[in-house]
Amino acid sequence: MAGYTYVILVPLIPLVTFLLLGLFGRYLGRSSGMIGTAGLLAATLLSFLTAFQYFFGANHVNGVYEPISAFKHTWLQFSPGLSIDMGIMLDPISVMMIVVVTFIALMVHLFSLGYMKGEERFTTYYAFLSLFTFSMLGLVLSVNIFQVYMFWELVGVSSYLLIGFYFQKASAVAASKKAFIVTRFADFGFLIGILILGFYGGSLDIATLVERLTNTASPEFIAITAASFFGISVLTWALTLVFIGGAGKSAMFPLHVWLPDAMEGPTPVSALIHAATMVVAGVYLVARLFPIFSMNSAVLSLVTWVGVASALIAAIIACTQTDIKRVLAYSTMSQIGFMMFSQGLSKTSGEDGLGYMASMFHLFTHAFFKSLLFLCAGAVIHYVHSNEMRDMGGLRKLMPVTHACFLIACLAIAGIPPFAGFFSKEEILLTAWNENLFVYGIGLFTAAVTAFYMFRLYFSIFWSQPFPTHAKQPATAHQQEGSLTMQLPLVILALCTIAAGLVPFSKFVTADGRPLETHFNPLFSVPPVLLSIIAILVAAELFKHGDGRAANIAAGLGLVYKAASKKFYVDELYLFVTKKIIFPFAGRPAAWFDRNVVDGCINGLAYITASTSNAIRWVQSGRLQHYTLYFFGGIAGLAIIFIYLWK
Amino acid sequence: MYDVPLSHVLFVSTALFFIGMYGLFTRRNMITMLMALELLLNSVNINFIAFNKYLYPGKLDGVFFTIFIITIAAAEAAVAIAIIINLYRSHKSIDIESAAELKF
Repeated sequence: MAGYTYVILVPLIPLVTFLLLGLFGRYLGRSSGMIGTAGLLAATLLSFLTAFQYFFGANHVNGVYEPISAFKHTWLQFSPGLSIDMGIMLDPISVMMIVVVTFIALMVHLFSLGYMKGEERFTTYYAFLSLFTFSMLGLVLSVNIFQVYMFWELVGVSSYLLIGFYFQKASAVAASKKAFIVTRFADFGFLIGILILGFYGGSLDIATLVERLTNTASPEFIAITAASFFGISVLTWALTLVFIGGAGKSAMFPLHVWLPDAMEGPTPVSALIHAATMVVAGVYLVARLFPIFSMNSAVLSLVTWVGVASALIAAIIACTQTDIKRVLAYSTMSQIGFMMFSQGLSKTSGEDGLGYMASMFHLFTHAFFKSLLFLCAGAVIHYVHSNEMRDMGGLRKLMPVTHACFLIACLAIAGIPPFAGFFSKEEILLTAWNENLFVYGIGLFTAAVTAFYMFRLYFSIFWSQPFPTHAKQPATAHQQEGSLTMQLPLVILALCTIAAGLVPFSKFVTADGRPLETHFNPLFSVPPVLLSIIAILVAAELFKHGDGRAANIAAGLGLVYKAASKKFYVDELYLFVTKKIIFPFAGRPAAWFDRNVVDGCINGLAYITASTSNAIRWVQSGRLQHYTLYFFGGIAGLAIIFIYLWK
Repeated sequence: MYDVPLSHVLFVSTALFFIGMYGLFTRRNMITMLMALELLLNSVNINFIAFNKYLYPGKLDGVFFTIFIITIAAAEAAVAIAIIINLYRSHKSIDIESAAELKF
């Protein structure tokens, strides 16, 4: 449709800034940050324009927001109907995502101007940020599932580059490799899922696939459900594999191990990639293919239980971590678990589609308050020069702006009205209440635990003991809170965190494109809010004074506390599996085979050639007359053969 | 019409060819080898002329070939002598045995 082709500029501007900074960065020096930020500002304004035009323009058909293909180019044609296209699809969720991605990326770019000031690889940092922004925008706007996959890998690689940004630190290098390998492992599942869907669906185009596989009478649907593998239908397999890809990116249990380690990257990167955008790609993927997912209740319940397990486990682990960024990482994982199970419980249309809308709403609000939390943590780390809680405390007087913003974000994530998190979390809990009471119970408990660990963090950083002056004392130049470029994004995001919940989200983004009336039910909101407030008070009681009360309780919990603080030994389990099972039983035999059989064949061939030529090298005597003799002998031989023997 | 039969001419050319071959194999002096090579070429020339004359008297193809061969032989002799001169400069000898480094 005409009028939307300019949307292509939204991902292209970050690509151009990436190329500019990547190729000519050394000549740009300090100005590269400004270039990256300016480019992204343009992209942000364009995406706002897109959202305005899309949601308030005249493309309501019978009250439904129609998907619009703004741009499409066939990139690689396999056969008629099966092709990899590059294009831009606008529908409520992709428009919502480009607004979130560009806006959060802009805030992070702005924040990084102050945070990364004086870094040696400042230009490289901005180039990588632009690459990531480009990839993420390409991902959310994809028309073709293979295009999704390509950008999926691109966000993976830019995440890898940014986690390993401080490559002088061995831990950062290990973390970047871990993130890459774990997500790559999951992406392999995603790829196979795509291939199965493409093979049975006869198309890689998302709209076509959704249309064919949601129609129970279509030949593709009959084929994919009739075929089975190990007694499970191929549709279930395909969707499970696609979901594994999504779970890997979204750090769902048990593929979450990379996310906490990914905190080795610069903090603004964590805010952008590991809180607001890339990690919700899995949720987005399920939402993108939601009509197909909803055809298969087995996979939906898998989505639900993986989400519930991740939400609960991550929340419990978050209570025991002492590195403030790791607490936030587990909190992200927990919140994404909420989004996942909300989708798992949803249906496609009408009132039953509440879970889908709630999931997207939570994604939207979570992006604001979680990136705000990370940026505040960045400001704190910038000030204290440490990630550890014990090096902090009493910072509320020293960093008033950061303190206020952090408090707002904590209230939002704890689900206290009227902050953003309250509204979206209420919708999720309402979905669970309607669909599955057990999930509702866990959700309620997790929400309370969320409030507890967030306020544990808050009180430990800003209250507790007075700021330990003997600890790594910041230099006098750092005595103020941070430059304007660092405070401005915090304030803007805090305002968004207050306002985002009031957006009438259900009017715009729903499972079937029709506006959904949400009923605000004050009575329903009482238990979660009450529980959260109690949790906050408990946290205040335990951590506000900075004495040993919390430690005593931790000691009292004994093994439980230890298991949680060791992240339930999931990392150890992975290490055990890789080091004790995969390496000796698969890795070493493969290495032996490679060294002896594969290399042996090649070396043997070379040896045979060398020894044969060594044996006959005397033929090359270097004497002209010998060669002449061979020549005439050969001619004579050929003459005899042709004249007498060749009859 | 002709007193000399074809076989006699072919006998001469074959004799010439084997004399040339003998010279090419036994001589060590490069100039002599070059001369032996000329004998080989000329034996071929005689064959061409003879077959042209006896079998296709109305045509000139064999003669043309002969003229070509003579031309090529002249050029080849020039190149060969240039090589020999260069070899003499570096080895102080035109003995074929002394130019046997190019092996293995």
